Amino acid sequence: MTDTVAETRSVVVEREFPHPPEKIWSALTQPHLIEEWLMKTDLNPVAGERFNFRADFLPNGALDCEVLAVEPNRKLSYTWDSTSDNPAFNLTSVVTWTLTPTGNGTHLRMEQSGFRPDQVQAYQGAKLGWPTFVAKLEQVLGRTEF
Amino acid sequence: MQTSADVVFKSLADPTRRAIFERLCREGEQTVWELTEDAGVSQPAVSKHLGQLKSAGLVRDRRQGRETHYSAEPKALRPLVDWFGFYASFWREKFDALEDLLKRIDQ
Repeated sequence: MTDTVAETRSVVVEREFPHPPEKIWSALTQPHLIEEWLMKTDLNPVAGERFNFRADFLPNGALDCEVLAVEPNRKLSYTWDSTSDNPAFNLTSVVTWTLTPTGNGTHLRMEQSGFRPDQVQAYQGAKLGWPTFVAKLEQVLGRTEF
Repeated sequence: MQTSADVVFKSLADPTRRAIFERLCREGEQTVWELTEDAGVSQPAVSKHLGQLKSAGLVRDRRQGRETHYSAEPKALRPLVDWFGFYASFWREKFDALEDLLKRIDQ
């Protein structure tokens, strides 16, 4: 771990699925399946390959990505960068998927790292629930000097 | 040049306006009179705040007979939300969608 880790935050979501790692790996790596639950993409799961995720809510309609690591049925990571007309709103991050077999299924962990803590960012089109919005509003208003 | 985030920030910096906006978000559509009852300020002052919130894109109005009904536009807060908060919700939703897909593949 390096110093830069302390300066950024990660979003981590973990869940156990009653399915074998091979099946989850397919859903994470095959574009026609990825489209069903995440976004349109031309991902080719080979390290060094560049690809995009596409969705209307994204700045410029797409994410610029590059495959960083591929260990079939175990680990997949790629860059997840979005750029907009205003450079202050750019996001540079890395998404890492880790699959661990359990007794009757698979533990799936997603970590998206690289969020700078002082970043106030714009995004378009996404819907947040009311409680999240209130919490965020208070947080934003509380830390901003007018 | 002011960005939309600046306009929204300034609008919500006023505690009375923030209270009006939060009430509209919480309770849905209201008339000026309903809002004045609890605002602790006069009706013309509430109207002025509503006008300001409207120009910031935070509320919209709808005329019905003699009454104007105001409702919140939380979408206007988008520029204030950070990517971190956005993706925290995003991935939770996507995990649900993945779970559904995995179930469907079984059948």
